[in-house]
Amino acid sequence: MKKLLCSSALVMLAAPAFACDAPVKVGVLHSLSGTMAISETTLKDTMEMLVEIQNEAGGVLGCEIEAVVVDPASDWPLFAEKARELLTVHDVDVIFGNWTSVSRKSVLPVIEELNGLLFYPVQYEGEESSKNVFYTGAAPNQQAIPATDYFLEELEVEKFALLGTDYVYPRTTNNILEAYLQDQGIAENDIFVNYTPFGHSDWSKIVADVVALGADGKKVGVISTINGDANVGFYKELAAAGISADDIPVVAFSVGEEELSGLDTTNLVGHLAAWNYFQSADTEANETWVASWKERMGEERVTNDPMEAHYIGFNMWVNAVTAAGTTDVDAVRTAMYGQEFPNLTGGTAVMLPNHHLAKPVLIGEIQEDGQFDIISQTDEVPGDAWTDFLPESAVLKSDWAELGCGMYNTETSSCVQLKSNY
Amino acid sequence: MIYRFLAILLLWAGVASAQDMEAPIQQVLQEHGEIIQKSSRRTIGPAIDTLAASGLDDAQAVLERWQAREMWFNKETGAFVFGEEGENRTLILSDVAGGDLGTAPKGDYKQLKPNSGIRGLIGAALVQFQLTAPDAATRAAALDAIERNPEASHLAALRAVTDEPDAELATRSARLERLLTIEFDEDDAARIAAIEGFEGDLGVDVRAALNPLVQTELSFVAAGEADAPLQIGGDITRDDAYALLVSAGEAEAVVTSGEIKEALIANIDGAEVQGIRVAALDTDDARASTYALLSEAGLARPQVTEADINATLAGFDFFRSYTNAPLDVALAAQAVLSGIETKVAVNQTFDLGLDALSLASIYFLAAIGLAITFGVMGVINMAHGEFIMMGAYTGYVVQLFITDYTVSILVAIPLAFAVTFSAGVAMERLVIRWLYHRPLETLLATFGISIALQQLAKNIFGTQARPLTAPGWLDGSLVINDIVSISYIRIAIFVLALLFLALFLFVMNRTRLGLEVRAVTQNPRMAASMGINPDRINMLTFGFGSGIAGIAGVAIGLYAKVTSEMGADYIVQSFMTVVVGGVGNIWGTLLGAGLVGSMQKGIEWLNPSNTLAAQTYMILFIILFIQFRPRGIIALKGRAAEA
Amino acid sequence: MADMALHGVRRPLIVRHPSLLIFLTCLALFTVAVTLLAEGVGMGVISTSFVKTLGKTLCLCLVALAMDLVWGYTGILSLGHMAFFGIGGYAIGMWLMYARTEIIVRDSLAQAPLPPTVTEISDGIANQIFGVVGASEFPAIWALAHSFPAQLAFVVLVPGLLALIFGWLAFRSRVTGVYLSILTQAMTLALSLYLFQNDSGLRGNNGLSGLQNLPGFDDVPQSSVSIAFFWASALALALGYLLCSFIVSGKFGSVLRAIRDDEARVRFLGYSVEAYKLIVFVITAMIAGVAGALYYPQAGIINPAEIAPIASIYLAVWVAIGGRGRLYGAVIGTAFVSLLSSWFTGGQAPDINLGFAVIQWVDWWTILLGLSFVAVTLFAPKGIGGLIDLIEERRSPDRHGADLGPDAGALREKEASK
Repeated sequence: MKKLLCSSALVMLAAPAFACDAPVKVGVLHSLSGTMAISETTLKDTMEMLVEIQNEAGGVLGCEIEAVVVDPASDWPLFAEKARELLTVHDVDVIFGNWTSVSRKSVLPVIEELNGLLFYPVQYEGEESSKNVFYTGAAPNQQAIPATDYFLEELEVEKFALLGTDYVYPRTTNNILEAYLQDQGIAENDIFVNYTPFGHSDWSKIVADVVALGADGKKVGVISTINGDANVGFYKELAAAGISADDIPVVAFSVGEEELSGLDTTNLVGHLAAWNYFQSADTEANETWVASWKERMGEERVTNDPMEAHYIGFNMWVNAVTAAGTTDVDAVRTAMYGQEFPNLTGGTAVMLPNHHLAKPVLIGEIQEDGQFDIISQTDEVPGDAWTDFLPESAVLKSDWAELGCGMYNTETSSCVQLKSNY
Repeated sequence: MIYRFLAILLLWAGVASAQDMEAPIQQVLQEHGEIIQKSSRRTIGPAIDTLAASGLDDAQAVLERWQAREMWFNKETGAFVFGEEGENRTLILSDVAGGDLGTAPKGDYKQLKPNSGIRGLIGAALVQFQLTAPDAATRAAALDAIERNPEASHLAALRAVTDEPDAELATRSARLERLLTIEFDEDDAARIAAIEGFEGDLGVDVRAALNPLVQTELSFVAAGEADAPLQIGGDITRDDAYALLVSAGEAEAVVTSGEIKEALIANIDGAEVQGIRVAALDTDDARASTYALLSEAGLARPQVTEADINATLAGFDFFRSYTNAPLDVALAAQAVLSGIETKVAVNQTFDLGLDALSLASIYFLAAIGLAITFGVMGVINMAHGEFIMMGAYTGYVVQLFITDYTVSILVAIPLAFAVTFSAGVAMERLVIRWLYHRPLETLLATFGISIALQQLAKNIFGTQARPLTAPGWLDGSLVINDIVSISYIRIAIFVLALLFLALFLFVMNRTRLGLEVRAVTQNPRMAASMGINPDRINMLTFGFGSGIAGIAGVAIGLYAKVTSEMGADYIVQSFMTVVVGGVGNIWGTLLGAGLVGSMQKGIEWLNPSNTLAAQTYMILFIILFIQFRPRGIIALKGRAAEA
Repeated sequence: MADMALHGVRRPLIVRHPSLLIFLTCLALFTVAVTLLAEGVGMGVISTSFVKTLGKTLCLCLVALAMDLVWGYTGILSLGHMAFFGIGGYAIGMWLMYARTEIIVRDSLAQAPLPPTVTEISDGIANQIFGVVGASEFPAIWALAHSFPAQLAFVVLVPGLLALIFGWLAFRSRVTGVYLSILTQAMTLALSLYLFQNDSGLRGNNGLSGLQNLPGFDDVPQSSVSIAFFWASALALALGYLLCSFIVSGKFGSVLRAIRDDEARVRFLGYSVEAYKLIVFVITAMIAGVAGALYYPQAGIINPAEIAPIASIYLAVWVAIGGRGRLYGAVIGTAFVSLLSSWFTGGQAPDINLGFAVIQWVDWWTILLGLSFVAVTLFAPKGIGGLIDLIEERRSPDRHGADLGPDAGALREKEASK
């Protein structure tokens, strides 16, 4: 019964008196029911907390901020419907929402049609840059590529098993990684790719295949884009096969603090994950953030990467609105470029003209307590909307500030399209 | 409080002066201070090498504690110390050269966190100290380190140890010595001897040692110079051969369509290229012919035709040569490897068979409850999967209260049976009993229950997977060799499936209940007139089937995951298993599970990069199978079939 | 049926079925009313997103009609009709995506110094459509995606053909009752698993999206597009209702009901039971395909989760709650349950505070739906339609000893009297 309050609109209490009468509305478009609820409810709570904190600090433009929460119920078509409702019925000034790529693709046409503004907080496959979306999660070059570099350089991995759930994020990420690895001199035969269904549970054969990869004397590493529940069976089988992180290291892109809470991590110590944020980050800002989260939600709750993305995104938006002096979408968008805000992990995040952030990349080893021990932290890496490692995308560039185009072909020097691919 | 603070301050002042910055080991560390602090495997090498070769007494301790993440450095002075975390964000320090340094605030120091790459290097460097350690565990750690990061120096170190008391370690050590001989020994005869000693060995490590030796490289010489040139088109493809020549600068690359396009664009003159209108260049043929004009005019390099390629290829012989080992070593390795490979293939097939058997037992376990409710009673229970889920959640809840995993599982199994038995009985009493003659409506009503139960589980436990942890003695796997292995949990499931089969057979054929169940299913009215209460029997049978599903849930939860949707994953497969096998016959269900399991593994083996496809094709196969044997593998004959 | 026996002479369909007239009038009034109230053309009381919801509900009603025909009248509990619905959506979605992308690609390539070749255009389109899912080549099933008439034909042909093959195999080997239900469910599962694969060529889990943007109609606002689709859905529902009424009214309909009540007896009377079943199965699959083709451009996105077996179960639930064996029952049930469902899950329904716990409908609605479904099967096999019988105070025909319910082995007299 740990489902939390989810009334459709939350009015802040005990806020200071506000100069203006109509509140600034912030739409929150996260699933509160269905399969994605467990991940997305956390983000809804994060947004409510951020709004509350901001209202205590005086809101924005002298107005109170009101969070309008709707529930798209993990149903992709419903995301489009609810986005339309937020923009036309509730007249929100900005939307914070979505988790899965497919839900974002579902919302995109609506946001672009109605010229809305969406902040998308989750690590994703890239290959997209919409005029109306700010991507505060990691693009592949901010998560997958640095993690692969870590494998190549620090762990001397020579043979790669790319295991993923069969959907767009792993597919695209693995395509990029395959191209990248071949650029780095890894032979095509030394890259093993496998896709499994959502919630896959029978991992024995795949784990055996991965072990067998070591037969030609090369060090094997696993790059996992396995999503959600399927990780449980995968890590259990890995543990049963007695594979230690020293023999075959596994780096995961979709396993964070929240996911580990469903697992017994004693057998997983030493395996890796790559994110832009870990709860264990040792800074004062993070300490305050974690403390206020635990105070609000309970001691056993953890923080994770998409939460930090919302934290940065929301604060940047508030600053941009203040700078622009209005909540008008076009003015705010222009004010967003070059916005800076301190990361929770130290350093400063910068919003780039391609609507992505420059953020540091962290690699952590899983510990027994379900937390990550940060063993590597890079400088800020600028997010790249179009990857440089696929020939079709290498020629594309996104720059909404100068070029006013999210899909600019540098070869023909023309804008391919102003709207995005759905 | 103030005094305590002062005391710490004093202590701290004392610490700073007590640290011996002049100690030789500290000197060595400081010499490489920067790269040690940077902590990257690429640059750390010299630091570890110098430490290991320093001959200092403290070097071993430093390496060991560095590996164990117990080394810190002062953020200001850069001095290295050993530290353990104390209370209130303090560190208990000791000098790298030995000697207690008291405590200090944690904020002044930074921990060195060697990643597993560096830990491996440190481990390799430590081998020389650890191989002769008195403690067997340390010696085993040294062997682990050699296995992970073998170095040429380890060979001598291994050979130097002749008096290993522990028999197991002695075997490991001897095997490692032979593997390292293959890799590092200078003497070819010794290498060949070692290689031949591994004939028929299935270890991954052996193949890992041999495979690099048989690496070949494609090269070419002028025609007629090679003894046995490779056949172009047979041994190597024509494209590969030509690409090799191009990369060696012996031939011109084929002009690509992109190149044609670039050349055309570069030579656009007004609205024309070489007199051809630009607008007409919208087919590949038109572009190619215009390009030909360009190259005639000397504005682009000429096309390479098929005839050119053939002529160029005719001028060369291609051959492969071993690159990583002298010929006779490589040939010996090749001979041993090809022997091993056949054996590997046989073992892989066997392993696949084991996997299939294990999957079959999981399906059987999931379906056996259904074989009772659907197979024997003819009741379609779409909520069967949710009974499995209830069993698994029962296991999870029990583990919340009983922390000893062995005890908790022993409690969970009967409890899961009890919970799902009562749920089954309740469902039979409240819903199914009213619908015995309306199978389609039973299907829908039980589906209603199924979605309600699923949502209820979500409301109570959330959508995230819950941990259900197997007891320690089920961890790990039974390793027959490096290829054939099966986890103990799967063996346990297999045994459980057999037990259930036995239980089912015993209950149905050897007990009063079984007799009555059979009587009621065959002819309820006749059974009733013989003094059997059909209502009671139906209730008990349904409860029995549901209870077994609950136990299956515990087992499935142990091996996979516990979520609200786990039942839905098995329901269609379970029905398929029962239907394929033949309704009303437990042996049929067994065969069905075997068929479904081995089918799925077989398809997975054919198409290893996509497991999803296997499931699709399996279902299609089952649909087709039922067309031809609508009553399953073992069809009941006679009157029972009509019931 | 009684009417027919009495009059013998064929009278117009409308006259024989007064309910048909009532239904069509209601539908027409509803359509006009919504149009007048809508944001795009009328007074702006109904938002565009709600118009879309209503339009989609009409499509669901249409597929429910098909379900009623196959289950309520013929007694085949098919758990595969939402698969046909999805195929229809995919067929039209392929064209919508292709055509929209083609415009973009042609515009972009027109700026290049050389005029594009045919392969360059098709590579460009493939890259735009499949680049998102990490591929860049057109799979074979997209061969005719550029042709609107071809894809329109596929909307009915593909579901029809699949139903024909599946139905022929299943009916031929006399798979009936629950076995058939499970088999159709397996078919749905296989199809959805297949589509979940990225290699299926239909963009895997992502499915086809951006379907609400009609190619060439970029300037038309969605408020108008939604009304157009609403009208199209209403028209399709009206035509579907007419077709279904026609099918169930004549002798054909009598044979269908007879098959439902006792298949063996009909076979002994010399009818080709298999042929009848097959025809109904194929026709309803086609109707479902059309409904899907109208539904998904309004939803904007189709992906394999839409085809999951649970969707077909819900379809059966709607029909059962509305009342099987009567066409208006299917429509009422679908409209009622699906709108209620979106109201409850939309967070509009007020929470109920029980003191010790708060009932949030987002969480509890599914449980209520599941249990109400059990209740309907147990206590009201006639569904909402049964209420109309009560209003009309029509006595059920006196058939002593026979099944009371609409299919074989339905509620029996002695059970009912308990």
